[in-house]
Amino acid sequence: MSLAATARTPDAGTAAAPALPGGLPIQLVAATKSFGDREVLRELSLDVAPGSFLAVVGRSGGGKSTLMRLVAGLDQPTRGRVAIDGEAVTRRHPDVRLLFQEARLVPWQTVEGNVGIARGPDWRASAGRVLADVGLAGREGDWPSVLSGGQRQRVALARALVGAPRILLLDEPFGALDALTRLEMHKLLERIWLSRGFTTILITHDVAEAVALADRVVVLREGRIALDVDVPLARPRRELADPQAVALQAEILDAV
Amino acid sequence: MTLAAEDTERSDAGRGGRSRAGARRFDPGRLGAALLPWALPIVLVIVWELASRTGLMSARLLPAPSKVAVAFWKALVDGSLVTHTLVSTQRAFIGLAIGGGLGFALGLLNGLSRRAETLLDSTLQMVRNVPHLALIPLVILWFGIDEEAKIFLVAVGVFFPIYINTLHGVRTVDGQLVEMAEVYGLDRRALVTRIILPGALPSILVGLRYALGFMWLTLIVAETISASSGIGYMTMNAREFLQTDVVLLGIIIYALLGKLADSATRLVERRVLAWHPAYQAPKEAGR
Repeated sequence: MSLAATARTPDAGTAAAPALPGGLPIQLVAATKSFGDREVLRELSLDVAPGSFLAVVGRSGGGKSTLMRLVAGLDQPTRGRVAIDGEAVTRRHPDVRLLFQEARLVPWQTVEGNVGIARGPDWRASAGRVLADVGLAGREGDWPSVLSGGQRQRVALARALVGAPRILLLDEPFGALDALTRLEMHKLLERIWLSRGFTTILITHDVAEAVALADRVVVLREGRIALDVDVPLARPRRELADPQAVALQAEILDAV
Repeated sequence: MTLAAEDTERSDAGRGGRSRAGARRFDPGRLGAALLPWALPIVLVIVWELASRTGLMSARLLPAPSKVAVAFWKALVDGSLVTHTLVSTQRAFIGLAIGGGLGFALGLLNGLSRRAETLLDSTLQMVRNVPHLALIPLVILWFGIDEEAKIFLVAVGVFFPIYINTLHGVRTVDGQLVEMAEVYGLDRRALVTRIILPGALPSILVGLRYALGFMWLTLIVAETISASSGIGYMTMNAREFLQTDVVLLGIIIYALLGKLADSATRLVERRVLAWHPAYQAPKEAGR
């Protein structure tokens, strides 16, 4: 609806953004989460450095999503502690955003209305900026129903970027996309993460995706960390069969 | 959001005035498509007229359409038609406002609060199973044949369709969206106005359309049994004098009022559900 946003080029949006606050550290100390008798996370300790990109890999039921819900403040640990920037997480943290497996766009809100769903101060302008950032300038007035799967996830990503989050949690957000769109989304996410510097945790069962995006990969198996490796590959990453990446993938696959 | 393509599929009262500038050009194809739904009624009326004229059908059982038209003209000229129609419409909509308002409020309350639902829903379901027209003798005892009686019955009649569909709509709002809204920091009020109500709206509008049907039905019965004005009274009065044409006129007026109310709801639906894929026109090339 706002015509000013239509004229904006993708780069102008980034340039106009205010100085970014950078990422926050996340700390789990012997965190255990049980549902009834079943322990989904067992005495899990993990330090995530501010501004780093962590991928958590594991089979279904390995505790990945539970870990994410704890960090997002949607659940509390049964025992142990989950902290963001030194403070225990007891409820939703205002600097944390969560990207779901599905885009979860509100069908009766336009793209702009979805991005600015929290209706913060000056939300139309910020929506225009982040939409330009994810390559959807000019689509503010569209209904979600006319967007493709990849575009929907872009809108969801834009929505997560509003208000300059300092932690971004991604719960298999690219799982349902086709291979080409997924590669595009990887590039987009990497670019945005590099420019904004928030701490990122990506939950995925795709080992190649984890190695392609993260600084560090943690394998969760039966609620414990089965492997914790760094990914010392140059950025921006290229999605090619780098021998080092292939070796890492093999190592991670063995641990899953 | 232009619904040009859809206009050809449906013919609604009042659409002529609303067409956009682009659709205003004369197009025989469009006109034909718009008239198509009326073809069958027109043929039926012609057959009926012929049957009456040739004496195939007794005029006392079913007078010719032309006779009904004359009755319409007479009633219009002496002002009785307008008075009766206005009285009936007023009753109908006051009843709808009261019963529908209550149904909506309780549906929303019970949809949002489990506790309220536990407290109220089983009672309401019990009452729902009483056919509301069975209350007529009681209502006459309570209110006599005053306005309240008719309005009360209409209110009871429209309450349940709106209550049930509002409750259903609120309950079936996508839980994932609600979780998303919570994660993104929407407070309770924003959650209700931005996520829950719009999500429940398609269902609420279905309830409204049912309610409009019940509204006219209840009013016809109530006015037929006990009234001193209104379309129902007009037809019952005409029956006593064997004025079949006026009786038929009353029935037609009811049909028109019902259709008008339904068309109005459809218009509202198209406006407020513009986001819904079912209400979106296919994109024209080169948009």
